[in-house]
Amino acid sequence: MLIAAVVILGVGTYTMRLGGVLLRERLHLSGTVQRLLPMSAAALLAALAATSTIMAGSDFAGLARPASVAVGALLAWRRAPFVVVVVAAAGSAALLRLAGLP
Amino acid sequence: MRTLQRTTLLRDAAAIGAAMIAVGASFGAITIAYGLPTWLPFAMSTVVFAGGSQFLAVGLFAAGNPLAAVLAGLLLNARHLPFGMAIGTAMGTRRRDRLIGSHVMTDEVVAFTLAEKDPARRRHTYWLIGITLFTSWNIGTALGVLLGGAVSDTDALGLDAAFPAALIALILPSLKDRPTRLVALTGAVIAVALTPVLPAGLPILCALLGLLTLLRRPTRPAEPAEELRC
Repeated sequence: MLIAAVVILGVGTYTMRLGGVLLRERLHLSGTVQRLLPMSAAALLAALAATSTIMAGSDFAGLARPASVAVGALLAWRRAPFVVVVVAAAGSAALLRLAGLP
Repeated sequence: MRTLQRTTLLRDAAAIGAAMIAVGASFGAITIAYGLPTWLPFAMSTVVFAGGSQFLAVGLFAAGNPLAAVLAGLLLNARHLPFGMAIGTAMGTRRRDRLIGSHVMTDEVVAFTLAEKDPARRRHTYWLIGITLFTSWNIGTALGVLLGGAVSDTDALGLDAAFPAALIALILPSLKDRPTRLVALTGAVIAVALTPVLPAGLPILCALLGLLTLLRRPTRPAEPAEELRC
């Protein structure tokens, strides 16, 4: 039962991954629609970043995480290298939690 | 310049790979802590390879509800369809490239790839990040199964803040474009607002409603109606 569930989830996920790639080619999308695709991806990624910053499940994530992501975002905006952004965000969250912030 | 870019990409890949090992370890450890079989985390990290849906699914497996695990996991992973459409042939045009390449598509791979403009560099980035993340996620899973509870708390390391910050850093350049910025920020607000009321995955898909902001173009009355500026 468990193995069947894993296989269905895996095959389903793979189908959606490959399906998008193949659809892009097969559909002969107009220039306008093609320009919308990267914007759609940006919207999905921004939504993922925002929800995983603010929410934990359907509740608020507390203070340490949003504050630390803000530190990372500020550094990214100031054109800090990617590694610095990632390490600073993680480091801030770890330190804030060590200091007792939820 | 070219070597510098290569080195930077390798360094970025190493950073996100290291974080992925730690989160993968937490996935492996949590699965075993739930009392689920040892083969399960390995099977999921190779066959499914989508972190969010794996955490969601093992929770539901542990609760004895595999059907809900499959449905919730598929819903959470449905975003890969629009991701695939946006990525298109970035992974290469050969049959083998697409068949194998599609499997390593994740949020981070898409974000890294779309941040590149040049097609050759896009392809290089897609594969480098994709293979790095697949490898590190599976190494992490194995470490988690071996080490158990010692590695299950990634929040203490602040990794829950690292991934959103990484995504923000990667999409930031594309947000310089005003319509893209409006679409993305509107989508993000919609997704956050809907998260408490909709099942996981659906709020993210609703972010596509941000595209509706393109319908209002009051600043350029001279343009043909169907022309959407990107």
